[in-house]
Amino acid sequence: MSQARTSIPRSVAAHAVLLTYTVIALFPVFVIVINSMKSRRAIFGHPLALPSTKTFDLIGFRTVLQQGDFLLYFQNSLIVTVVSLFFVLLFGAMAAFALSEYRFKGNMLMGLYLALGIMIPIRLGTVAILQMMAATHLVNTLLALILVYTAQGLPLATFILSEFMKSISDDLKNAGRIDGLSEYRIFFTLVLPLVRPAMATVAVFTMIPIWNDLWFPLILAPAEATKTVTLGAQMFIGQFVTDWNAVLASLSLAILPVLVLYLVFSRQLIRGITAGAVK
Amino acid sequence: MAEPTPERRPVRWHIAVFLAPAVIVYTLVMILPLAGTLDLALYRTVDKAQHFVGIANFSKLFGDPNWSGHFWNALGNNFWFFIVNMAVQNPIGIALAALLSSPRLRMKTFYRTAIFIPTILSFVIVGFVWKLILSPLWGIAPDLLKMVGLRHWFAPWLGDPHYALTTVALISVWQFVGIPMMLIYAALLSIPDEVIEAAEMDGVTGMSQFWKIKLPLILPSIGIISILTFVGNFNAFDLIYVAQGALAGPDYSTDILGTFLYRTFFGFQLQLGDPNMGATIATAMFGIILVGVCIYLFGIQRRLRRYQF
Repeated sequence: MSQARTSIPRSVAAHAVLLTYTVIALFPVFVIVINSMKSRRAIFGHPLALPSTKTFDLIGFRTVLQQGDFLLYFQNSLIVTVVSLFFVLLFGAMAAFALSEYRFKGNMLMGLYLALGIMIPIRLGTVAILQMMAATHLVNTLLALILVYTAQGLPLATFILSEFMKSISDDLKNAGRIDGLSEYRIFFTLVLPLVRPAMATVAVFTMIPIWNDLWFPLILAPAEATKTVTLGAQMFIGQFVTDWNAVLASLSLAILPVLVLYLVFSRQLIRGITAGAVK
Repeated sequence: MAEPTPERRPVRWHIAVFLAPAVIVYTLVMILPLAGTLDLALYRTVDKAQHFVGIANFSKLFGDPNWSGHFWNALGNNFWFFIVNMAVQNPIGIALAALLSSPRLRMKTFYRTAIFIPTILSFVIVGFVWKLILSPLWGIAPDLLKMVGLRHWFAPWLGDPHYALTTVALISVWQFVGIPMMLIYAALLSIPDEVIEAAEMDGVTGMSQFWKIKLPLILPSIGIISILTFVGNFNAFDLIYVAQGALAGPDYSTDILGTFLYRTFFGFQLQLGDPNMGATIATAMFGIILVGVCIYLFGIQRRLRRYQF
């Protein structure tokens, strides 16, 4: 590193810009969370003040927890996201391995076929998906969502992972073959561990849209027992339009679990994204 | 699979095993329904029976005053939504990434983590949070403007047909700025030190170094971000549905193709659902996205020069 690259005024300016943007990014979340813990009068009187002993009130949370089964919604979201993610990564990596490792007739064509889904959003097939799910009695099951999200995530996963797998040395795999490992063992024990950073990248880009999706839960699984957090919060907030304590509390309840999960995993996520793009 | 020497190369079943799960799920749940949508757009339901009508649904969508008004309005709005996203989100994302990648900057991890937080929040949260903040009732936005002496600037932006669409687009920018930031940041990190050092030897530093050296090197990433923004924006639905409802008010001023498709297919209030017209709109969206992606692939991506290190 040469010394010409940093100067004090420039780094002060950089911090000023980044800090300003950080405030813009976090301010709305901050406002919601602090106000959810205040009494109704304080919410309207001093929306920007922190809750004090005088204004502290958890009435909103009590209303929300009595009314809706947030725990169940959260569990549904978690199951759908984790299971879909698992299948996207497993099936995607398997297909990517087949495409990148073996030369066979139709390899190119198969790659293009699987990549088609990157450009065309699955949402446009909703009409037929709903008919299919209705015909197989899968409406209002978590399985319907898992199937849709797995299909949705596969094209990008296969594409990114096969790019990465091309860069794994052939010598390593051939050494494995000479040692008598089966193709399956080579895939699971040699190749998979090496593409872990790429898997993290794929995981991030697969996970966020699944967790946040409102469209398919609304259409395929709107029943009480299969509601996801996103859909639950949406319907829930609608019922309480005038009860500001409850609205703010349900927003906080929807934000906090994701926020905690994100902060726990953020290091891995960011490393995954940057490692992924850097190769 | 069919190599000329079958005894040395038996059928390699493992290739099929590796491919099968992905291909089966993808074909059944994605490709067949998409094909089904294209097909449904060519029919009309009369007395619960499907009648083939060719492209009549499309001429209805583009030409019949009952439909075309809504369609062109939604398409125009969708373009504006995309333009705002491209013009605001991506430059901000690139600028933040450029700042983050400056060497010896402290608290990098903190900034990166914090700025990415809106991206992990669901549309439901984002929509409601901003609705509350911009609400004239609660007064956070007016209060904040008052603090900087601009109280008279405040308007109920989400409720005004002139501003609502731009406001929603800016909310979407706020939410997704983390994605271009991350991707560009990664691209900037992958520029080798030797290139930067060579530039410094020649006296190219600071801003001019960014414009002349780094920007050309990250152009392919900017291209990828643009096409992701395009596809994402032309499929947008959630944010508008949450913030403005399925009617995409006020007065359809925030109606984009996604909300139009939802209302048409499922029906809303007095309007009955119409799967055939819904499929027609979905097919039109499919066409628009395909044209956009082709323009990018054949018109832009080919001209981008890639550098290998």
